[in-house]
Amino acid sequence: MTQSTAIHGEKVSLLRVLGPGHVWALGVGIVLVGEYMGWNFAVGKGGALAALIACWTAGLLYTCVAMIDSEVTSTVAAAGGQYAQAKHIVGPLMAFNVGLFLVLAYTMLEAGNAITAGYLVQAVGGMAGFEGVHDKPFIVLTIVALAWLNYRGVFATLTFSLIVTAIACFAIVVLFAAVRPWTDDVLKPGELINGLPYGWLGVIAALHFGLWFYLGIEGTTQAAEEVRSPARALPLGTMTGMITLLVAATMTWYICVGLMPWEYLGQAITPLFDAARLTGSLWLMVFLFVGTIFSTLASANGCINDASRAWFSMGRDRYLPVWFGAVHPVYRTPFRSIVFLVPVALIFALGAPLDQVITFSILSGLLGYTFMSFNMVMFRRKWPLGSIRRGYVHPFHPLPAFVLLLLCSVTYFAVFLGYGTQLVAMMVFYIIVSAWFAFHRYKYVKRGDQFTMAWPRPVGY
Amino acid sequence: MENLNNFQLLEYAAWGISGVLGLWMLFDMIRTNAKYSESTLISSREGEIEDVLVIDPPHQGGHR
Repeated sequence: MTQSTAIHGEKVSLLRVLGPGHVWALGVGIVLVGEYMGWNFAVGKGGALAALIACWTAGLLYTCVAMIDSEVTSTVAAAGGQYAQAKHIVGPLMAFNVGLFLVLAYTMLEAGNAITAGYLVQAVGGMAGFEGVHDKPFIVLTIVALAWLNYRGVFATLTFSLIVTAIACFAIVVLFAAVRPWTDDVLKPGELINGLPYGWLGVIAALHFGLWFYLGIEGTTQAAEEVRSPARALPLGTMTGMITLLVAATMTWYICVGLMPWEYLGQAITPLFDAARLTGSLWLMVFLFVGTIFSTLASANGCINDASRAWFSMGRDRYLPVWFGAVHPVYRTPFRSIVFLVPVALIFALGAPLDQVITFSILSGLLGYTFMSFNMVMFRRKWPLGSIRRGYVHPFHPLPAFVLLLLCSVTYFAVFLGYGTQLVAMMVFYIIVSAWFAFHRYKYVKRGDQFTMAWPRPVGY
Repeated sequence: MENLNNFQLLEYAAWGISGVLGLWMLFDMIRTNAKYSESTLISSREGEIEDVLVIDPPHQGGHR
């Protein structure tokens, strides 16, 4: 039953129905696929030990991200996450760039997930003895079906993420218990770890893929306008998500390096599934395959949610055509943004190689993290503690911001070692679109309307 | 058609479901655009904590 006229004649907004569990699922769901595949390329870059150093160094980077994000977002309860933060704290040009970082990072990650889902189904078809199997139907199905779910409502979307993410997490825990890490019956880490075959340069190069353990946890902030209690749910969901990932990442590393030599692990496509195969247990193989598929779907699902919120927010502020700032009156979702991003994701998924897609996603994410370090320092300077109500105050400021900036700089160098051309191309792209925004688009922005938070004037203004 | 194996049927099913869901979204978007005024559709404002709404009370996500 639908109603064609507005009761109050006017307003429609996103629906506040989410709790901390959904926020956890959004953050961990986007990331967990990195545990199932991708992180192990760090082993290929610098050996098993380098991958562990990269895992924990990247963990430190993302802990800084999670703490900074939690504090700022507990005050800027708006869809768009870091985009809305940048708009209020730094300024419009920064906000436009951050919005684009978010949309491209998540849309490309979504495309990467769809490619992976298609590959996995194709691989199953091949193993079952079928000839001439294709991945494209399943790539398209992944993107369109999850977009449809997102279109129909945020509660069902993130409940789906919560279920599949919890199952995928549980699969890692079960595998960890099954290999009995308290004995050396199955795992042989002492025999397989061989120091640092490429020295400390290998450790730096490994950082590029060390990010895969956590890439996307910052996406929890995109739910800010749809959680029932932003000041409580966002810090709680984000920080518990980060703890989950730190534990899961370390478990994953220990299982895999204890079962496989680094030369194989460094180029494996599905390392956790391979680890399950090496145990010889059929039910573990099936469970880890299900975990792999579920982590891929959870990630793509969260990416659609986040990219559409960022695009929607930019439309609502007229940084993009205001048409994108529409909310569905029945489903209460940013429906036009969701539909618009479907063909964009399909183009990346069907037309670009996986490593390029993921590298562009990582680079956009890195640019966003770099912004966060500046953003945090400006936020505390303009609005010191006590000037506005914060749901969470992160400790040791400004140390996390400086650590974050330092780690981002090292990671840029790591990415440059492997993908220098893409790094330069991405920078050129953002410079061109910044010029377009500054000289053309910004005249359409209603400058007074975009600053919505009831904050006092910043110190010094 | 006799050469179709089970996996090919699965592939056709994937194409078919994708087509149906994609068309459903397009159709619903066009219908919604026509049914509601543009000013209503873009009436959302950032940072509004109070959820005062609105339209279509039965569709409140089951949380009222």
